[in-house]
Amino acid sequence: MALAVAKQDALAARIAGLSYAAEGWLGAARGAALERLSAMGLPGKRDEYWRYTDPASLTVTDAPKAALFAADDEPPVFDGIDRVKLVFVDGVFDAAQSDDPALAGVEIERLAEAGARDIHWAQGLYGVLEARGQVPVQRPLAALNSTFATDGLLIRVTGRASKPVSLIYVHNSETSDAILHHCVKLEEGAELTVLENGPAAARFNKVMEVDVAKGARFHHIRSQGRDHERRAVTHVFARLADEALFKSFTLTANGVLTRNEAVIELLGDDAVAHVAGAAVGDGNFHHDDTVFVTHAGLRCESRQVFKKVLKNGAVGVFQGKILVKQGAQKTDGYQISQSLLLDEDSQFLAKPELEIYADDVKCSHGSTSGAIDETALFYLRSRGVPERAAQGLLVLAFLAEAIAEIEDEAIAEDIRARLEGWLARHDH
Amino acid sequence: MTELALEETEVRDGVDRETIETVQAMAGKYKYGWETDIETEYAPKGLSEDIVRLISEKNGEPEWMLDWRLAAYRRWEKMEEPRWAMLHYPAIDYQDQYYYAKPKSMATKPKSLDEVDPKLLATYAKLGIPLKEQLILAGVEGAEQAGERKVAVDAVFDSVSVGTTFKAELAKAGVIFCSISEAVREHPELVKKYLGSVVPQSDNFFATLNSAVFSDGSFVYIPEGVRCPMELSTYFRINAENTGQFERTLIIADKGSYVSYLEGCTAPKRDTHQLHAAVVEIVLLDDAEVKYSTVQNWYPGDEEGRGGIYNFVTKRADCRGHRSKVMWTQVETGSAITWKYPSCILRGDDSQGEFYSIAIANNAQQADTGTKMVHLGKNTKSRIVSKGISAGRAQNTYRGLVSMHPKATNSRNYTQCDSLLIGDKCGAHTVPYIEVKNNSSRVEHEATTSKVDEDQLFYCRSRGMDEEEAVALVVNGFCKEVLQALPMEFAMEAQSLVAISLEGSVG
Repeated sequence: MALAVAKQDALAARIAGLSYAAEGWLGAARGAALERLSAMGLPGKRDEYWRYTDPASLTVTDAPKAALFAADDEPPVFDGIDRVKLVFVDGVFDAAQSDDPALAGVEIERLAEAGARDIHWAQGLYGVLEARGQVPVQRPLAALNSTFATDGLLIRVTGRASKPVSLIYVHNSETSDAILHHCVKLEEGAELTVLENGPAAARFNKVMEVDVAKGARFHHIRSQGRDHERRAVTHVFARLADEALFKSFTLTANGVLTRNEAVIELLGDDAVAHVAGAAVGDGNFHHDDTVFVTHAGLRCESRQVFKKVLKNGAVGVFQGKILVKQGAQKTDGYQISQSLLLDEDSQFLAKPELEIYADDVKCSHGSTSGAIDETALFYLRSRGVPERAAQGLLVLAFLAEAIAEIEDEAIAEDIRARLEGWLARHDH
Repeated sequence: MTELALEETEVRDGVDRETIETVQAMAGKYKYGWETDIETEYAPKGLSEDIVRLISEKNGEPEWMLDWRLAAYRRWEKMEEPRWAMLHYPAIDYQDQYYYAKPKSMATKPKSLDEVDPKLLATYAKLGIPLKEQLILAGVEGAEQAGERKVAVDAVFDSVSVGTTFKAELAKAGVIFCSISEAVREHPELVKKYLGSVVPQSDNFFATLNSAVFSDGSFVYIPEGVRCPMELSTYFRINAENTGQFERTLIIADKGSYVSYLEGCTAPKRDTHQLHAAVVEIVLLDDAEVKYSTVQNWYPGDEEGRGGIYNFVTKRADCRGHRSKVMWTQVETGSAITWKYPSCILRGDDSQGEFYSIAIANNAQQADTGTKMVHLGKNTKSRIVSKGISAGRAQNTYRGLVSMHPKATNSRNYTQCDSLLIGDKCGAHTVPYIEVKNNSSRVEHEATTSKVDEDQLFYCRSRGMDEEEAVALVVNGFCKEVLQALPMEFAMEAQSLVAISLEGSVG
């Protein structure tokens, strides 16, 4: 009881200074989200779903300060990729820095502009997947986002996009507290790649809802920026129809606190969903991947591949679940979470779950944690590779399975270069 | 599940016929469902301080024991029943049952066979315990010479220990084996020192309830350097209706000692649920080794889920000493609800914990079981092997924790959980918690059938077997190893499960 009161008190304090426009379809959706949020209250560290990550700094009223960080020792990620750039500075869309959003087969609108209208395609999506994702596990921070998101994009894809849409999140204020909400709807047979990069704000709460229609393909590659002090909680909610494909990869390097949730529903038959992540942390770094994949259709495939390299007291968390509903026969579910602890002080905390109600399925999960393999290190050294180079090679090899989830080779190469850069900078 | 229903169940590729048939054979055929018609003395229904006092008085306990119970009872009153397990059952009315039941003929302990109630003798005979052992069970002197293989038994019938065998011979070796109520009277210094030291009164709702109302159970002390000359065993039988059984077992293995301990349990078929909330505590000092084996065969309820035992058990071993070793082996086939996590606290350096479990849930049974391996000492090792089989509408969950503390350097854990579903109405779930707080330790968790030992597979394949055959052989071979590790008559009971293959398992 006391717990429920504390959650409500925390919520009241958090939203006291927030407001939203109640007009139009969006106002109605926000109102519904507020009802969900009010019923739940804000999460606390005694919640089972926050067992390994203390949400306090994500729920506290004012965003904790985060110093700005200029990464001028390497070019920004995705720089060499031909793309449509859309820039947000501390969570506010910046048209001046952005490209013209015209792209054949893709309609892009700002949430604020589309929201005031009476009718919009996004009515069937905004807050809808988030609401579905509140069962069986509550995700109050996502409902908070649906209620109070200050900006975001509505992207509708009707054909095969010729280049990626790239969302760039610039962090420019030490106290910025950004709430962004994007909706992406891929119509039948459509295809789009969305790139995301940048720290975004001192504290960043982002939701992306992705509806993938029959035979459509969605690729998502994100790099969460190098700011050391930023905090982020992000949710991706995806719903897949027959033969749809969803692939998401995230690189996280540094950041005080990152909680990335992915909630994926395979509703149609023969759909494919892959979620992968590579996280590297040195020092004051807490990284949490929380994934919930629901298999409801026949013959669907899901993969979760999460790798973490941790040192100097960094903490890696993985909570992954595969839920196979009754009747979801011929499911192929795979989940692997591994961490490489480079010193005595780092920690890996994992809860890899399976919940299966169908008998003709293939589901497996694995989780390992340990130091670098001394035998492999010895082998490389005996072949003349210096110790540090050998260690770097083994770390990259360890991360390779996650990076292999990126289909586009140029993007994969870019991500690999980031990791090499990180390893070089943190080789001590 | 009826046989008809099973026949209708489509058998998928890779699931071996024999497995289905074995589970089928077990379905709806509970062998121990009869009841002994015996006059029973009950404590008044319900739970209160007075009942706690009454149980203490019946056991002839000293004041300190009563105080301990009352402290637990007062704490329990303020506690909430845990609901985190994947178990669904109607709220238990703790006031609507008896907490103490004792056959009237046990009012004074029999000294010879003539004095033992023939109905109790018949009960043991019917449970399949051999006649000679039956004589021994009833505590008759003179019958203790000799089978080739001796097993000392403490038989608990409802709330009381009927008898403990081979006590004299064990005493020659310095081993104390008696009922816990006797230990409270005869060895208070040991009980005071160790009771509640592994599972404290405040541990959890069911353990606290047990601390308040435990009626009997077994006590074992193996002195320094002694290898227990025979296996020890407890057989729990619930007979009385609407009566909960709350036994408490305390095993202390002093430095360099060894004991193998067995536990069996059965109950009559009834339409109402019955509560069983036991606590087992094991203390291991330097170089001690304890093997604890269970075949849990409480009445599971009928096909519709009517009746059956609600089994809420707290079992924990504390490897306090260096180089100590504990091994839990469990075959869980009974109970409507199983809530049980035999755990190991690996406190001493180089200590080892092992957990081998086969859990079978059929019809409307629900099992949420697993283990905790808490690594505190350096170079500690643990191994978890769990096989869950679900059929009918049953739900079977493995729930486990592996925790490597910062000081538990160079430690190892290996966990393997496999599940098999038979039919499309049941469920199999895995909820492992993995907490690694140092980097010289290695933790591996896996739940796939393809990941059987690669070397063994390679060996089999190099001898001309195909992959399926090789996997089946390796997995079967492993299962047999676990089951055969169960000593004495348990092995026979468990042998009926040996045929179960885990081919086509779901991780």
